[in-house]
Amino acid sequence: MGANESGYIGQSLRRKEDRRFLTGAGQYTDDVTLPHQTHAYFLRSPHAHARIRSIDTSKAAKAPGVVAIYTGADLEGVGGLPCGWLITSVDGTPMKEPPHPVLAKGKVRHVGDQVALVVAETRIQAKDAAELIEVDYDVLPAVTHPVDALAPGAPQIHDEAPGNHCYTWALGDKAAVDAAFAKAAHVTKLDLVNNRLIPNAIEPRAAVASHSASDDSYTLYVTSQNPHVERLLMAAFVLGLPEHKLRVIAPDVGGGFGSKIYLYAEETALVWASKRVGRPIKWVAERSESFLTDAHGRDHVTHAELALDKDGKFLAMRVNTTAAMGAYLSTFASCIPTILYATLLAGQYTTPAIHCEVKAAFTNTAPVDAYRGAGRPEATYVVERIVRQAGVEMGIAQDEIRRRNFIRSFPYQTPVALTYDTGNYDATLDGANELADVKGFAARKAEAAKRGKLRGLGYSSYIEACGLAPSNIAGALGARAGLFEAGQVRVNPTGSVTVFTGSHSHGQGHETTFAQIVATRLGIPVDNVDVVHGDTGRIAFGMGTYGSRSLAVGGTAIVKALDKIVGKGKKIAAHLLEAAESDIEFADGKFTVAGTDRSKTFGEIALTAYVPHNYPLDKLEPGLDETAFYDPTNFTYPAGTHICEVEIDPDTGVVQVVKFSACDDFGNIVNPMIVEGQVHGGLTQGIGQALLEGCIYDRESGQLLTGSYMDYAMPRADDVPSYQVSTRVTPCTVNPLGTKGCGEAGAIGSPPALINAVLDALAPAGVTKLDMPATPHRVWQAIQSAKAAS
Amino acid sequence: MGIAISMTVNGAAVSAEIDPRTLLVDFLRVNLGLTGTHVGCDTAQCGACTIHLDGRAVKSCNVLALQANGARVTTIEGLAGSGELHPMQAAFKECHGLQCGFCTPGMVMSAIDLVQRHPNADEATIRAQLEGNLCRCTGYHNIVKAVQQGAAAMSR
Repeated sequence: MGANESGYIGQSLRRKEDRRFLTGAGQYTDDVTLPHQTHAYFLRSPHAHARIRSIDTSKAAKAPGVVAIYTGADLEGVGGLPCGWLITSVDGTPMKEPPHPVLAKGKVRHVGDQVALVVAETRIQAKDAAELIEVDYDVLPAVTHPVDALAPGAPQIHDEAPGNHCYTWALGDKAAVDAAFAKAAHVTKLDLVNNRLIPNAIEPRAAVASHSASDDSYTLYVTSQNPHVERLLMAAFVLGLPEHKLRVIAPDVGGGFGSKIYLYAEETALVWASKRVGRPIKWVAERSESFLTDAHGRDHVTHAELALDKDGKFLAMRVNTTAAMGAYLSTFASCIPTILYATLLAGQYTTPAIHCEVKAAFTNTAPVDAYRGAGRPEATYVVERIVRQAGVEMGIAQDEIRRRNFIRSFPYQTPVALTYDTGNYDATLDGANELADVKGFAARKAEAAKRGKLRGLGYSSYIEACGLAPSNIAGALGARAGLFEAGQVRVNPTGSVTVFTGSHSHGQGHETTFAQIVATRLGIPVDNVDVVHGDTGRIAFGMGTYGSRSLAVGGTAIVKALDKIVGKGKKIAAHLLEAAESDIEFADGKFTVAGTDRSKTFGEIALTAYVPHNYPLDKLEPGLDETAFYDPTNFTYPAGTHICEVEIDPDTGVVQVVKFSACDDFGNIVNPMIVEGQVHGGLTQGIGQALLEGCIYDRESGQLLTGSYMDYAMPRADDVPSYQVSTRVTPCTVNPLGTKGCGEAGAIGSPPALINAVLDALAPAGVTKLDMPATPHRVWQAIQSAKAAS
Repeated sequence: MGIAISMTVNGAAVSAEIDPRTLLVDFLRVNLGLTGTHVGCDTAQCGACTIHLDGRAVKSCNVLALQANGARVTTIEGLAGSGELHPMQAAFKECHGLQCGFCTPGMVMSAIDLVQRHPNADEATIRAQLEGNLCRCTGYHNIVKAVQQGAAAMSR
């Protein structure tokens, strides 16, 4: 047992996984080397849009070391990569789902689209040989911007999707919204761009596939956040393999942020080819390939309007968004700008009527899918930008306009489908105000002004829906998969415990956090618990890690399995202690007959379960190993307020984030150190989006202009400050841990806080409009334009 | 096509015949099996491959193995002596300066070099000096703390 009655819960235990990472002993996919391994290189399209007239591989096939070359024509009978969420348009028609071939067939649709797979003895030889492949392209006009793609006369990307239109979807009561706007005292209007981002996990995607001829089975090591989903999609929908003949292992994975959720073409092609080649094949993306082919994030163009009464109460909101899907539908692409976006437009506010329409467009770019936050940062950006502007226009202070509209009664049914179970938005706003020393801001602003600098303060009061997801609700909304999680608790005969979780850790620290829960519940030392994840060959099932679901859903599955363990332990203890099962209590690692000092330790029960000499074998199976599946009854709703303070040099346009304060409510917290680390990382990605990052395709040629770390500005250590973070707790009512999730909050709350701060700083300069990222160039131009206009 | 090289890696003499195009990072990872040094980019920007070459932190993706001929190389595997973590490794663990662990070996190697050059670095100096190492997980907050703590421990 730990130091207090809650055991290890709430303690900042140092991480069990750190030693291997710190000594170079981590095992990432690129570290896997199999006997007789070959190496793959993918020849990719240099064009954004082109018809393939012919491919000649004859010269390349003769190059040194080449083992095999495959093109789309070789993949007869192989299906396309599927999309896991069906969105239905307002006219009742299903979204357009054009084929997503594993290797291009007839056409390429974005720069980097994979055209041929070269397998050779070494990576250098595969790459050299790829240069000898002759592809005759008929280059077609390209369209990379979602609004351009939907304009009449735009280049047609798929025959199956006329006008590049994937779907037009809507949520909310339009009539009620129109009626509310008609009687509004004030209407605030805003046009916004949510900039396209490239996820950039520092470990590039990679895969090692092998086939065993003896039993016709496959093993795939892959950089995945959800190996079971990867196996299901690849086996059942693409390659037509029996699921039990494919083992997917996601070993140590070097960051995901959403980009490693999806089934990608490369690992699929590798599995398929491994049987034909008869040897293992390894592929590791070069960073340039990551930029070109990892699923990107965001890329919205939005017009929003907010109706208010004379006191600044929100009456209604109207939102129209155009979202890019990219060249093909990635695994969860369709649900991001719909189900995970429009449902969050109520934010923390009592806005009674909301209507949102979303048009999704195919573009000649890499696919767009979930990236840390996935739809919720986009929604928060709309809400928190327009709330700021409304406050400015109506002369209401930024914290005051938020307080006038906060939801304070729970459960709360929003007009956009969600039911918030609990929260305390005043508490997190108060907490953020304290951290940010808002009272002292005026003095800091005046001091900065003396130095010729502009200071600004920006608020963002965000909410997110996490703990994905109630399967029945998700299914009704178009999900083609369940969204439960599985957990298995195996008690070993000597009382140590191995936990198998379907959730996956790629930095989140499951091996520590999950062990803290198990050790606390069983009353055993945390060192006696090991957590296994990322292997379909060892773990019953799993839906993986995304949407800040690991603890709320994966952790709860483990708790359910622990309940079964304790329940069975009580039966064994009742037998040993010759008492009624109902009289057995379990606490502090001991099974005790209530009201007596007669007890058995957890270790004694474990040993008895495996050495059942004195055991009720007629009534109870031996062994102590339980599995549970948990399907949540609702989403969880982490929320908080972030306050950003910036200082801007008006002569250069350089924005410095001088202070960033975040007060969040994640429900109960198991390991505060890990939670703070998640917040720091999320904040930095959000600040990256708002200040530095932006994926840019040339609008004419469709070439990716930000295709390396020389061109795509990643946040570096000197771009961000040390953070002020704190938490307030309203325990989640949905799951027994009372936990809500913390992985995405930083990336969701911070972008509008930063841009609102920049707009606040630039207000004296007359600037009212600015899009992300707030680069020096853009800020300086905004200042100059405002000067010219005045 | 092979060319002979020899160097000292983590205190042990090694020699091999290699393709002259072989990068030092590939030599370490593939030829020597020292997979703790990672490759995160192809433009010498991310720093995941940082090692010590004759005592200086360098990005091993930007050095040919041939250029390290006769040199003394230390990788992340060579830091911890007889089971004890190097003070900087210990500080990263204590301060939660790592999450997915992929940038970590390069970050630790850079941090040690940083402290050797700037034993009393303040936060601004540490942040500026870590410019060549990207981390996408931690937001750098706890890395900065770890470097400060590691520096203090190294000076003891």
